[in-house]
Amino acid sequence: MLSLKVNGRVFAVDVEAETPLLWVIRDTIGLTGTKYGCGVGMCGACTVHVNGKAVRSCQTRAGQVVGQEVTTIEGLGGTHPVQEAWRDGDVPECGYCQPGQIMAVAALLAKKPNPTDADITSEITNLCRCGTYSRMRDAIHRAAQLASRR
Amino acid sequence: MHFIPKINRREFMVTSFSIGGGFALGLVFPQNQAEAAAIAAQIGRNPWEASLGKEGIEINPWLVVGTDDTVTIRVAQSEMGQGTFTSWSKMIVEELECDWSKVRAEYASVNRHVRENKVYQRMATNSSSSVRVSRQYLQQAGASARERLMAAAAEQWAVPRSELTVNAGVITHTPTGRSLRYGQVAQKAASIRLPKEPQIKTPEQFTFMNKPTRMLETPLRVDGSATYGIDVRIPGMLYAAVKQSPVFLGTVKKFDANAVKKRPGVHSVVRFGGPKVEEGVAVIADSYWHAKSALDLLPIEWDGGTHSNDSSKGFFEMARKALDEPGARVVTKKGDAEGVINSSAKVVEAVYELPYVDHAMMEPMNCTAHVTADRAEVWVGTQNPEEAVSQISKLTGIPEENVYLHNCFLGSGFGRRGANDDVRLAVVIAKQVGRPVKVIWSREETMQHGAYRPMRVSRFRGALGPDGMPTAFHTRVIGIESPYPGDEQTIRGLHKLPYRVTHELFDYHSRETHVPNGPWTSVGRSQNEFFLETFIDELAHAAGKDPYEYRRLLLENNPDFPQAKAWLKVLSTAAEKSKWGGKLPAGTARGIAIGDSRRITRDEITICAIVATVSVSKQGKVRAERFDVAMDTGPFLVNPLAAERQIEMQVVMGLAAALKQEITIEKGRVVQSNFHDFPLLTRVEVPQVAVHFVRATDKPIAGIGEEALGWVAPALCNAIFAVTGKRVRSLPLKNHDLSWA
Repeated sequence: MLSLKVNGRVFAVDVEAETPLLWVIRDTIGLTGTKYGCGVGMCGACTVHVNGKAVRSCQTRAGQVVGQEVTTIEGLGGTHPVQEAWRDGDVPECGYCQPGQIMAVAALLAKKPNPTDADITSEITNLCRCGTYSRMRDAIHRAAQLASRR
Repeated sequence: MHFIPKINRREFMVTSFSIGGGFALGLVFPQNQAEAAAIAAQIGRNPWEASLGKEGIEINPWLVVGTDDTVTIRVAQSEMGQGTFTSWSKMIVEELECDWSKVRAEYASVNRHVRENKVYQRMATNSSSSVRVSRQYLQQAGASARERLMAAAAEQWAVPRSELTVNAGVITHTPTGRSLRYGQVAQKAASIRLPKEPQIKTPEQFTFMNKPTRMLETPLRVDGSATYGIDVRIPGMLYAAVKQSPVFLGTVKKFDANAVKKRPGVHSVVRFGGPKVEEGVAVIADSYWHAKSALDLLPIEWDGGTHSNDSSKGFFEMARKALDEPGARVVTKKGDAEGVINSSAKVVEAVYELPYVDHAMMEPMNCTAHVTADRAEVWVGTQNPEEAVSQISKLTGIPEENVYLHNCFLGSGFGRRGANDDVRLAVVIAKQVGRPVKVIWSREETMQHGAYRPMRVSRFRGALGPDGMPTAFHTRVIGIESPYPGDEQTIRGLHKLPYRVTHELFDYHSRETHVPNGPWTSVGRSQNEFFLETFIDELAHAAGKDPYEYRRLLLENNPDFPQAKAWLKVLSTAAEKSKWGGKLPAGTARGIAIGDSRRITRDEITICAIVATVSVSKQGKVRAERFDVAMDTGPFLVNPLAAERQIEMQVVMGLAAALKQEITIEKGRVVQSNFHDFPLLTRVEVPQVAVHFVRATDKPIAGIGEEALGWVAPALCNAIFAVTGKRVRSLPLKNHDLSWA
């Protein structure tokens, strides 16, 4: 039995310590906004925050995050500047990769409130099959503006 | 009477850049939090649940009016990123004249469609059909409902219908100023029969369609609440990880279930197979991870059968040989093409080859099923729910009426999720397990058991006259495909040349393999248009003419091609918007391509022209800088915002395939397994995409959703030739040395 803190709530989960965090979040805790895309850490659809930093949850073991603060898309609050900017720009197409994209961007903005285009391309490595990259970039700049006004 | 819509051209033409947002987005931002929240509530997270319209009164199968004036629209097409919930609702609301902020949307019930003799007409989503096929009957459903609501109000007040007006769901009796809301007359309206169906609006009467509307689908995708098939959770549900025969059509020789039965959470190990189900083994467990990690340890012996040594290299060799055999089937024969070519002084000949490509949807294949003695229930994101129901019924013996399929949001489809092999597999497993089972294919399983875009090889020969224009054309295509796609897709787009050529021969062969194929966004065109539009570029070069001017000449001189004028309009739009002929830095050039997505089986076309602006470093590194996509809209463009995004998607998808994607076969099985060897386009590779909608024809077009992709690769490769002098006749580009001096 592991004790995990996800979105501010403590969950006692009956999983092996080596279980990928992704599957604990989805199958055991039941938060399905975090997506499975590749299982090898490439696509970033499974991105969550651990202590505010973006990580690929398919490559993170449950045992590694005991005592840490895990945040998923459901814990971002819905009115986070990145989510507002995403809505304003109607960014998602099929939307499957977007929770991961949003989590990656939220972590980037926490670290770099005003990222350049170069920061965005080098730091946000999440993949999008529908090709919403340009709309995302515009939304990231908008999110930075929204955040600075709060 | 011939119908000529009057639309102010300047208003209608949408020229917006994906970069900087521009026109389309600026108009439609929500003004405040309350408005944003209202949008957020318009689609439920589980789109199949008929919860939204439960309290209302059904006016017709398409729509329910609540006593609180909400209007719930039933959407009978699958949503995988096109914004179908929005466009479908718009087509009804344009006529219904209700309050858009009170519109709710949910999937139409597949079960009802089956029970009530296809009440929703058609529930398969393919061939860019969501708008093309349904617009008329949806407008009619909206208009009919409006007139019944109006008639109900007229009856209640005992006044003539002609004295009533309606605005945003409020009916007003003009002489007295009295008003009634839709919700107040819905009950009465439900029993009203109209003496005759009302006329639907023509485009010049639209107040809502043809203008950009924010996507109802967005909020659910931003807070993580949208339920994709893979997210479904059913009480008592188990999880399955699956492994299908690595060699297609192979069999399971044996496996040792005891090796994994005692692993944590494992429930059972089952073997599967059957009609249209690849043989394999599944591990069932209490979580996907338990199932997957046990499956990885399960010893399985396979028998690859007769295809164990087949390879895509071998398929190409087979096709190249077939190029020298007279085509088994002749599509076009006009004059004496071979004779003219054989006696011509100037002949251009080229052989083109394209590999298999995977769809690589972000959401891996999956399906959840629960099969009992007399009822089957399935949760999946499918492009073809009605076909799935029929297949479930066949596999289980349960009548279609007792099959309940709950369609989910799709983490894209691109044609792959119309095959329903995920549904069949889940059903044969669930039948054995007796409890609800969610079957998830790993990324590797999804990629290695695809329904790939067919490989294709072609040879083009063209004779040029003294003026450099073609006098004869011989096209021979070798389709390499499983039985699925059939001839129409092999020849699609090449069956009738838009360009003027006096002598023409087009013949082809089909060669079957054991590798499964399926429709891949643009279906046939991403192969055939690459061949044709590259070859036209080769002819222009041989003639010493500018590729844009050359195409103009071919079209202007063709009296047999009624759409030539419209083509020229779209072609010149792409050229002008891309500043064709304007100066570019060294190592950068433009390439052009055009086509109209014509098919043998239907009249509609969508004319699309693309100019790619591309740089190539001396070392041969390709960078797509910008794509200008000009597309004819005809009189209807239901939601320009959604249309523009779908075109951006096609540029990115077409570019990824052209630059770096291929599925190869060795020893009968797929070599690639994940995004490291089948890479998607990355953020840094994405070009600027400028979409230019232009009204070039007066008839409804063939659609938007896959009518641009075919011209991405030829425009790109024609630009590469302009920089490097190297002609690209096969893809992907990663296999080519494009260095130049």
